[in-house]
Amino acid sequence: MAKAKFETPEFRPYPVIPVIKPGVMKDSRSFVSKPGMQESLGYPGELVDNWQEVAINKLGELLTKYRSLRVYLDTCVKCGSCTDKCHYFIGTNDPKNMPVGRQDLLRQVYRRYFTLAGKLFPKLVGAKDLTRDMLDDWYNYFHQCSQCRRCSVYCPYGIDTAEISMAAREILDAVGYGQKYCNEIIEKVYKIGNNLGLPGPAIRNTLEGLEEDIKDETGVDVRLPLDEEGAEVLFVPPSADFFVEPHVDGLIGYGKVFHQSGISWTMSSHASEAGNFGMFIGSYENMRRVSMRIREAALDLKVKRIVFGECGHAWRVAYAFLNTLAGPFDFLDKRYPIPQHICEFTYDLIQKGALKLDKSANDHRRVTYHDSCNVARATRMGHKPGGQFVIPREVIKACCNHFYDMPSDTIYDETYCCGGGGGLLTDELMEVRVKGALPRMEALKQVTDDHQVTHMATICAICKSQFTKVVPYYGFDMDQIISVHQLVGDAIVLNVNEV
Amino acid sequence: MGGGNKEALMGFWTTFYALSFYVATLILILGVGYKIYQYTKTPAPLKIPTTPAPLTTGGVVIRMLLEVILFKSLFRSNKWIWLFAMIFHGALWVILLRHLRYFIDPQWVIYPIWELVELIQPFGKYASFAMLFGLLGLLARRLFVERMRYISSASDYLMLVLLLVIGVSGVLMSFVTRTDIVQFKAFMLSVISFQWQNFELSAYQMPPDSMLLVHLAAVILLMIVFPFSKLLHAPGVFFSPGRNQVDNAREKRHVAPWAIKQFEAPQT
Ligand code: HEM
Ligand code: SF4
Ligand code: SF4
Repeated sequence: MAKAKFETPEFRPYPVIPVIKPGVMKDSRSFVSKPGMQESLGYPGELVDNWQEVAINKLGELLTKYRSLRVYLDTCVKCGSCTDKCHYFIGTNDPKNMPVGRQDLLRQVYRRYFTLAGKLFPKLVGAKDLTRDMLDDWYNYFHQCSQCRRCSVYCPYGIDTAEISMAAREILDAVGYGQKYCNEIIEKVYKIGNNLGLPGPAIRNTLEGLEEDIKDETGVDVRLPLDEEGAEVLFVPPSADFFVEPHVDGLIGYGKVFHQSGISWTMSSHASEAGNFGMFIGSYENMRRVSMRIREAALDLKVKRIVFGECGHAWRVAYAFLNTLAGPFDFLDKRYPIPQHICEFTYDLIQKGALKLDKSANDHRRVTYHDSCNVARATRMGHKPGGQFVIPREVIKACCNHFYDMPSDTIYDETYCCGGGGGLLTDELMEVRVKGALPRMEALKQVTDDHQVTHMATICAICKSQFTKVVPYYGFDMDQIISVHQLVGDAIVLNVNEV
Repeated sequence: MGGGNKEALMGFWTTFYALSFYVATLILILGVGYKIYQYTKTPAPLKIPTTPAPLTTGGVVIRMLLEVILFKSLFRSNKWIWLFAMIFHGALWVILLRHLRYFIDPQWVIYPIWELVELIQPFGKYASFAMLFGLLGLLARRLFVERMRYISSASDYLMLVLLLVIGVSGVLMSFVTRTDIVQFKAFMLSVISFQWQNFELSAYQMPPDSMLLVHLAAVILLMIVFPFSKLLHAPGVFFSPGRNQVDNAREKRHVAPWAIKQFEAPQT
């Protein structure tokens, strides 16, 4: 791995609040989208001449469409509660990475053009004109927000910077100043069907190869079916699960769980991607269009249930938005949650005693669990609030003898983002990503020191990719990152159900 | 008291403050009313409660009460801000209740309201010190913590200064200059009940006390800036989708009117 031109932050001996260093991340900039990508998402190809006017009008439109935006821009009292809560601020010290500092980039413009006080007394209330510098600040700093919602937990009004970032990115797209990473991926979903751009035949090949691997290893015919009409369950994994380590071991785990459950299932080449980057760019329209593929696949394959694989923001879109965007799902079996998370699915089977698990298979691992931000703070699993924390841990504990949680202010709804979410998982943002991972790495260091933890399990494709890339900067090994369903897959005792 | 000049002067101030009071009240009510109307009219097109969130409306009510009364999220975040904020807001409410005695005639209200207002008088009197303490704490934080200075604009300091002016002039009136409360109440009740003819009589005019003029001027200013400033956090907190939504996205569709119009109408 090429070492980068920035310094990896030091672990802090005790949790000090960082001093501010204005402007240090000003030039950390992701690549700008190309005209073709912009257009296939319905946006102008490049920055339009009257961008200022278009941007203000777009902001005005969003203010009438999203109560969150309107209320959040008005209500902030600058109490400072959120200032030290963002992992990007902790890692970079740039005050525009403080949640309120980030929001203010949009709020200053809102005040200037949409409030009486800002029109009459801009200096007094900190209102600013939308200049080219401001637009660039929007581009840079709203792409240094992983939309993880940690700030919203601590704000007395629940102000969610993710909502502000999404609105800002939608405005940037509307003026033709979109981000390459996100928009290229959405374009791939439209053209090919998934974020990685894997065509159907390639997926089929991979799955067949994996089936053989499982057969070689276990002697059992575990199927990984694709496009099989009439299956009970449509399973939607993030596309990284088809190809990338350690994700792919999670896919094998899902396969084994389905195999043991005896429930027929299929993946779909049409909806071969759980992720939905439409959310990252704040675009209802694109998010809806990406979501519709799942509805279409479910109808085409005549399934009765939809289950999602391990992917954090995908679960947010699935859990919180799918019904709204692509529902109603009257044609599915109402006895099961629509949609269901693979951890809920596995947990149910464990509860029913339908899986035989040999915990000792994971005895060489001492495991901790990273709560993925969007799962933790924007979704639920099971029937009780907080099930999103309990169920994955119960699944892990059913498969491992050695489980240890990280410090309590870094897990559950206080979890830190991996540092790569929200459309930041791109190489040119490596500095932001490494620095943003600092708080999570400190927590991992602590359980490593206290409990000799060897592995950090997680249920998000972005977390897995991000961590495998950045943990080496902090002296860990990329193999320490593991899918929850790899733990399940390794512990599962196959075929006891069969005669 | 006597002195024709002074009476004429107080006659002028009486008219001026009475009129300002009407204007400020109108701005406050219409301004905040318009904002609330705007928040109500703007849809929240997606379910975005910060989870774990309650699964029922009753649960949401409890969540909101914990936020509004106890500042629960703030408590989790930062004990210092929480402490000063609780002291300031708690004292503010007690003081506001105490002030009701200047605005209501015991005959206007049903039992126990007046009795309650009477009951808190002694607390209210000393709550002003708590309020000043809370405000000074918040101001000190804003001035001396680097991050706070970075996020503050002039209006953030001035808002605290304005409240301090109200508090200090209030304390001075209660404990030092001892404004004629009976006369002030006569003035206020006349304003509220539109008995303008009363203002001819000096017993119904503003008491001649410069502290009172300062105090009321600051309060009127506060009422006017309320709907245009961050004080909108008071109504705003109730409209925050992150806090007031029920976590039931899988059970219930939640489509905004604009989304239906834009995406679903053509098909149905
Ligand atoms: C529903 C009622 C209200 C709630 C839930 C509420 C809550 C809060 C909270 C949580 C803060 C942040 C902590 C802090 O900085 O103090 C705050 C700040 C503030 N509130 Fe309120 N508040 C309410 C009503 C009011 C009213 C009626 C006023 C004034 C007339 C007021 C004036 C302020 C001011 C000036 C600040 C900023 C303090 C600073 O500059 O640090 N609040 N409020
Ligand atoms: S949503 Fe997350 S990344 Fe964005 S400002 Fe808040 S804490 Fe930081
Ligand atoms: S916690 Fe909320 S109100 Fe306080 S500064 Fe941050 S965004 Fe503003």
